[in-house]
Amino acid sequence: MSDIPEHLLRRSAEAKAKALGIPVEQVLAEMTGEAPVTAMDAGDQPKVETVEAVPQTPAETSMPVAQDAPQTDAAVEVAAEEQAEATAAGPADGAGGEIDYEAAAAKAGMPASLLQRSVEAKAKASGASAAQVLAEMLGEEAPSAPPATAPAPESAPAASTPEPEPTADAVSADVIDMPPAAAAPAPATSAPAASAQPPATGGATAVAARPIAQPEAVPEGVRTQRLLTVVKANAIQQVKAEPTDKVSTWPHLMIMEFAVLLGVTALLIVLSVILQAPLLESANFNATPNPSKAPWYFLGLQELLSYFDPQIAGVTVPTIIGLVGFMAIPYVDKNPSNKPSDRKFAIFMYTFFMMGSATLTILGVLFRGPGFNFTYPWVDGIFFDDLKDWVNFE
Amino acid sequence: MANGIVDKVKEQATSIWGKVHGSQVAESILRPGSPFKKGYSDTPRNRSYVIMNNVLYHLHPVKVKRHGVRLSYTLCLGGISFFLFILLTITGIFLMFYYAPTAEAAYVDVEALSTSVAFGSLVRNMHRWGAHLMVLSVFLHMSRVFYHGAYKPPREFNWVVGVILLLLTLLLSFTGYLLPWDQLALWAVTVGTNMAGFVPVFGDQVKFALLGSVEVTGDTILRWYVLHVLAFPFIIVIFMAVHFWRVRKDGGISGPL
Repeated sequence: MSDIPEHLLRRSAEAKAKALGIPVEQVLAEMTGEAPVTAMDAGDQPKVETVEAVPQTPAETSMPVAQDAPQTDAAVEVAAEEQAEATAAGPADGAGGEIDYEAAAAKAGMPASLLQRSVEAKAKASGASAAQVLAEMLGEEAPSAPPATAPAPESAPAASTPEPEPTADAVSADVIDMPPAAAAPAPATSAPAASAQPPATGGATAVAARPIAQPEAVPEGVRTQRLLTVVKANAIQQVKAEPTDKVSTWPHLMIMEFAVLLGVTALLIVLSVILQAPLLESANFNATPNPSKAPWYFLGLQELLSYFDPQIAGVTVPTIIGLVGFMAIPYVDKNPSNKPSDRKFAIFMYTFFMMGSATLTILGVLFRGPGFNFTYPWVDGIFFDDLKDWVNFE
Repeated sequence: MANGIVDKVKEQATSIWGKVHGSQVAESILRPGSPFKKGYSDTPRNRSYVIMNNVLYHLHPVKVKRHGVRLSYTLCLGGISFFLFILLTITGIFLMFYYAPTAEAAYVDVEALSTSVAFGSLVRNMHRWGAHLMVLSVFLHMSRVFYHGAYKPPREFNWVVGVILLLLTLLLSFTGYLLPWDQLALWAVTVGTNMAGFVPVFGDQVKFALLGSVEVTGDTILRWYVLHVLAFPFIIVIFMAVHFWRVRKDGGISGPL
């Protein structure tokens, strides 16, 4: 919770306070964990059907356990359920932050991150704590709890995974509050049957409830599914779920863009009414104007040509520096920060280059006269035909 | 009496407008969530639909970062460049009606724009100044992106596309420079293409390909006209599409400083 920006938390709390009709301070205290959570409106609860939770329960609970110890899966399940109760009573985070995955990974001979994901997924599915699942995976602690004492209502908490999703919480609350028969009909009948009897004689009831857990009871030729491992899919694009402050494009951005669009149109029309585009005499191959100047955006290059060999100023500078150099900027600048204080050199280089180009361009436009010799515009005037006949007072 | 008639007319107009607005034709044109649709209400869902159910979805996500909306962050320079390109296309199409790319006709046609074509002078001025503004705004856009460090991963390639767009903008502007076929155009292009002649090894060939001859001639006008009104716009539109698409795919507007 604490890594959510203050203003986002504030906005969220205000919205929730408005919805529930309680003071903002109370909601904030709940969000930061300083006060017990106020129950949501009663109207929200009936939406969560217990039926939804029930079909998943037996399969998810037994599936990952079954692959480790098919013969004693009932016992494992009971152990898992007991653990789940303990977890549910404690902090809601079922993953368990204090587990030393590094050491465990070294023992198991696999990357720590994969082991952690695997354990957490298994713990979530089975309802057991991550520490216990890890111990089972490493074979340290053979699941040896007695299989006899699993009453029906207590299997219900295992059904709800202890993740902080509101729906899961609601399901859990519902199931606990209601009488076992009404709350979870399927586990109420199947779970005691499975755990009270040895797996080999589990019978039809148990098979119906969890066909995957007992492969020997599945008819031949029927394919069953087993959870082998959880593989992280390589996303097509990077999705980062960090909380960011966003606003609707419509109307906020679109209105702004429309205003800019109108502004640019207005500016261009006003400019075009005031300033007349130059049109000199018809092209004449026999009358070379003195000086001959390129368009303004190439005048920096033309200015450079008067200092250097054309091979350098006309070719090397524009293609190597101007084109290839600029394209290479992101691959040369390895500094990941975009804070100006961290990139003083990059900013200096860019500014230096831009200032140099601007200086050359201004020199070429204003300070070059006949023969492309140096002149002062306030003495001899401007030799740049693009600026001729600019103002049109008809 | 008069008020009664006015009220009746108003009532009739409202009723007819209601029928037109709710008709099958209008319903088929306006997608769900369009703010012009009958019965539109300003809800968060409809605000999303305005973008999502619209061709605008190619340009904008449904939601943008709050700092991205502030004008002081991007200065809307990329948007201005794109919009100037659209304005230049519109005014350019207008100019094409009155212009023939030959040595004999070109100058006369441009001269006639200001004397015998309605709004001809205004549209030509808009095209000329708009082109200069576009070169300027693309430069400024590049500088804005640099100073924000917005070219850093994962946006490296979009910077490269941006440099290509800058080059194409310059080429579009430069090819247009020749078309009025006056002294300014002829000699500016002569100077510009002389620089291209300094390319090592095949400088003369490059110059010949650009001019369609060993020096600027009437053939050069046709060549640059086709490049200006067809070839370069075609290429730049493709690169712009990639550029805009990558802006969205690389995570939208870059983060705040």
